Amino acid sequence: MAGPVAGKGSAAGADYRGIVGPLLLPTWVVIGIFLVIPVGLMATYSFLTKEFRGGVIWDFTLAAYDQFFLNRGLFGDEPPSIEWTYLGIFWRSIWQAGVATLICLIVGFPTAWFIATRPERTRPIWLFLITIPYWVNLLIRTVSLKFLIRENGPLNEALMGIGLIDTPLPLVNTNLAVQLGLFYSYLPFMVLPIYAAVERYNFALTEAAHDLYASRWVTLREIVIPAVKPGIVAGCILVFVPSLGAFLAPDLLGGAKTFMIGSLIDEQFKGSQGNWPFGAAAAMILMTLVMLVLILYARAAARSEAR
Amino acid sequence: MGWEAAPEADREYMTTAVDIRHAVKRYGDVTALHGVSLEIADNAFFTLLGPSGCGKTTLLRLIAGFEDLTEGEIRLFGKDIARLAPNHRPVNTVFQQYALFPHMSVIDNVAFGLKMKGVPPAERRDRAGRMLEMVHLSAFADRLPAQLSGGQQQRVALARALAPAPRVLLLDEPLSALDLKLRQAMRVELKSLQEQTGITFIFVTHDQEEALTMSDRIAVMSAGRVQQVGAAQDIYEAPINRFVADFIGETNLLPVTVGQIAAGRAMAALADGHQISCTAPEGIRPGAHHVSIRPERLHLAPAEGADLAATVERVIYKGNDLQLVARSASGEELNVRLPNSARTDIPAPGARVGLTIEEGAARLLVD
Repeated sequence: MAGPVAGKGSAAGADYRGIVGPLLLPTWVVIGIFLVIPVGLMATYSFLTKEFRGGVIWDFTLAAYDQFFLNRGLFGDEPPSIEWTYLGIFWRSIWQAGVATLICLIVGFPTAWFIATRPERTRPIWLFLITIPYWVNLLIRTVSLKFLIRENGPLNEALMGIGLIDTPLPLVNTNLAVQLGLFYSYLPFMVLPIYAAVERYNFALTEAAHDLYASRWVTLREIVIPAVKPGIVAGCILVFVPSLGAFLAPDLLGGAKTFMIGSLIDEQFKGSQGNWPFGAAAAMILMTLVMLVLILYARAAARSEAR
Repeated sequence: MGWEAAPEADREYMTTAVDIRHAVKRYGDVTALHGVSLEIADNAFFTLLGPSGCGKTTLLRLIAGFEDLTEGEIRLFGKDIARLAPNHRPVNTVFQQYALFPHMSVIDNVAFGLKMKGVPPAERRDRAGRMLEMVHLSAFADRLPAQLSGGQQQRVALARALAPAPRVLLLDEPLSALDLKLRQAMRVELKSLQEQTGITFIFVTHDQEEALTMSDRIAVMSAGRVQQVGAAQDIYEAPINRFVADFIGETNLLPVTVGQIAAGRAMAALADGHQISCTAPEGIRPGAHHVSIRPERLHLAPAEGADLAATVERVIYKGNDLQLVARSASGEELNVRLPNSARTDIPAPGARVGLTIEEGAARLLVD
């Protein structure tokens, strides 16, 4: 791909050289305002000293990171050991976001496949239907999910009504409730990229695989999934990353045991109990983690392509 | 595997590879095939030829198993395969757009069928390698399909379909995406591959030249029906109806009135009153019909005593030959092919010429 693009660029370059810079200006302004400045501010704040009623004192320190990773005892005078509290919250967040992503994939893939295999005329209608719930505010949707799954809510009453269970399932304040909430919040982000990939999929490949003695299951595994993998990966990233930092679903559907990073960071910026540098540091650590995962994935993908 | 050849004793048609009996295919209200029956001999290059929408691809897809038969039977070496899934039929397909697996290397593409059949890795690499050698692509084994030219991809598709050693190879217009030179080279290559391997090839095309140059037998199809089955020469020289005469090659179709018919010969009167002697197919009755005369079977002659008289309208230069477009007194267009030779005396537009018809070259057609 690099070859022809570079060739075109050099041919057109003669005409546009003078104005390429100005034309790119909006891009740089957007990247500057929405990426460099906020992330820079956050990074800076993470190295400042906390002020008691929220806010910061401009005094550089590593205290926030120290607090995150190291345990120096109740009064700060013991020899430092690893602080597991926040790492535990991180690990739980990764687990919760991972399960939510998996549920999204299991539900989203067949959904996307179904839509992409409808006649071209009706596909926009199905996509439209998928997006309708997302016109409602996320907070309202999350609260209504809580209403649905509470002890005397419609789900439990229906299950008891048909005699499947005797006592209501305690769903609220469980990991499952949080996973369901995250799944419900981000499902379209899984469906849409997979839909785009399946729509481009050449169904003659399926026929070719059947023709060469592959069963349906083997065809799915060996031909279909590799072909639509970019869509699956994009969907997983789009669901996993926001799930990792989510705080509405864990706050509303989970309890103390399902505390996630999003809520931890959220708390640091609320009222007078907050700790801005610590919140900024936690956010920086989260961002670094996500970037590391994505870089590692990109490396692995590039390696398997080069093979 | 769901497929096994029928036991020797049960093989009614030892030499028939594919036996299609009254195959009907309907899509809702649309009938794509109206009861097609065909016997395709083993070890033959068989072509399904027809214009787009004639049902030839549907028939091929029915043999492959990608479509379900509405009525009828398809037998493969005596055994009914109409209800078998495609992955249980010992036939392989070369797809029109190749359908190579884009994420697999060339050698993995070729070895895929062997892998699915459970051939051990070392053996399948060996066999796939030999297939690539056969299509002259050994040097490209580790490339991805996207890194190959159209002609090379075409040969990979061929190697991939031949690798599992199918009993029958189905080819769905495999040459249509190639440019002319490559297409002509591939015709020769395909034909020799068929002879080398002894596998029955069923080849679908709308290109009559392709069909005529490669096939042992051709089935000409139109509107969901088989119009005529025969060797290339039969189909070209002795078309049985107007569709076949018109579709295969170029021809002059002239309306005639037929008088007496005797022993396969008939005298027919052209619209301008000229009487010509024609070959008559069986079952034709006196009355209004069409006669077919190939352009290369018409020759310039002095106006007196000629079979036809016409006025030259245009002379079209075509390189290896010249096409003379003339019009008869009754207004019929006549195409005449003249060799591009120093000995040809080329008449100018507007000249009045006589034309003679070669003995036996005028054929009466049923409609």
